[in-house]
Amino acid sequence: MDVILGLRVADATIIATSKAATRGITVLKSSDDKTRVLNPHNLIAYTGEAGDTVNFAEYIQANIQLYSMRENDIELSPKATASFIRNQLATSIRSRKPYQVNVLLGGYDVASNTPTLNWIDYLGTQVELPYAAHGYAAFYCTSLFDRHYKKGMTVDEGLELLKMSLKELEIRMPLDFKGYYVKIIDKDGVRDAGSL
Amino acid sequence: MSGYDSALSIFSPDGHVFQVEYASEAVRRGTCAVGVKGKSTVVLGCEKRTTLKLQDPRITPSKICKIDNHALLAFAGLNADARILVDKARVEAQSHRLTLEDSVSIDYLTKYVASVQQKYTQSGGVRPFGVATIIAGFDANDNEPKLYQTEPSGIYNAWKAHAIGRSSKTVREFLEKNYEEGMDDEKTIKLTIKSLLEVVQTGAKNIEVSVLKPGDTIEKLSVEEIKKYVEEIETEKEAEAEKKKPRSSDD
Repeated sequence: MDVILGLRVADATIIATSKAATRGITVLKSSDDKTRVLNPHNLIAYTGEAGDTVNFAEYIQANIQLYSMRENDIELSPKATASFIRNQLATSIRSRKPYQVNVLLGGYDVASNTPTLNWIDYLGTQVELPYAAHGYAAFYCTSLFDRHYKKGMTVDEGLELLKMSLKELEIRMPLDFKGYYVKIIDKDGVRDAGSL
Repeated sequence: MSGYDSALSIFSPDGHVFQVEYASEAVRRGTCAVGVKGKSTVVLGCEKRTTLKLQDPRITPSKICKIDNHALLAFAGLNADARILVDKARVEAQSHRLTLEDSVSIDYLTKYVASVQQKYTQSGGVRPFGVATIIAGFDANDNEPKLYQTEPSGIYNAWKAHAIGRSSKTVREFLEKNYEEGMDDEKTIKLTIKSLLEVVQTGAKNIEVSVLKPGDTIEKLSVEEIKKYVEEIETEKEAEAEKKKPRSSDD
């Protein structure tokens, strides 16, 4: 029951992830970062089966970095990265023990100067969206995003909308998520925007 | 043909494995590569073949390859063989990160490359890599520059400054004569280029140089930058020659 949210604004993509790492009814850690930086302009946020998640994310990370090494420091674009992740999950679901991992990919395409947000689930569904969430958080946040999302929002407006959504989660859900990490991906790369 | 070089894993009666020695010959015929350690830098340089008139220089692969953010590999010998070796090293570097959450140490990387080369001298159905490599870089959280060399046989060594490939003996002797401990960045780069100029007659356009510094910093020098060093070296050489000239009779 982790929270991962993504929001694409005019010139950046914002990703928020909950800090709690839980096992059953126990909170193991309240500073868990559910994201990995794949390359300077791509960030993956993940939820799912404990163990599968980190393993999968780091496997993807290693492969994306290997690509950059092989291709003379060329970054894999967000679209290509999303396709690669989708392909890995689609292969995995057809294996004896599939990865149970859902991810959001926040990216910034340096070639076309556009921020991107990709929603990918463990079945191998991949869509490019303006805003996205996984798990229970999606039930509460999608409606809020539907209502308040505007095309061409600024980063600050985006952060405001995220805050609104996270507040709604705290009101409606019976769990404490121990706060959230916020990451911004824009033309300058991935940066930490502190925690909410 | 003496009959001891048809199959790879066969010794000749006097203890040679000819295929491995032929691989070393391929290295001796390959273009020259140099590595020099400074106080807090390692510089790799190599001779670059002139691109043909109609060839696109932008997509012609370099002989100095990035293995990871903190490690470079320069090679001498067969380009095609080196590509495979470099790819194996890159995969190992990422695999090491994945399993140990740490970047490979240069020492480990060298041992890995050397052991791959060794494997290809003792297995059936393969031939050795016709490649010698110079591996340079910095370990994680360490400012100590590292420089290693590997050979087709699988031997590896650590060096302060070293050269492989064509006329490497001349370059190595030059380095032995001119190497100083604790050189700064400028001096290290200059020595690298100077040593290469011993065997590269055509100057800056046939030289390639990369500089490594602590903290994952890798800089590839542009042709203009190299040209600047080359000109500097040439004026120094001229001044040197002027001094040595016998004085004219009128003074």
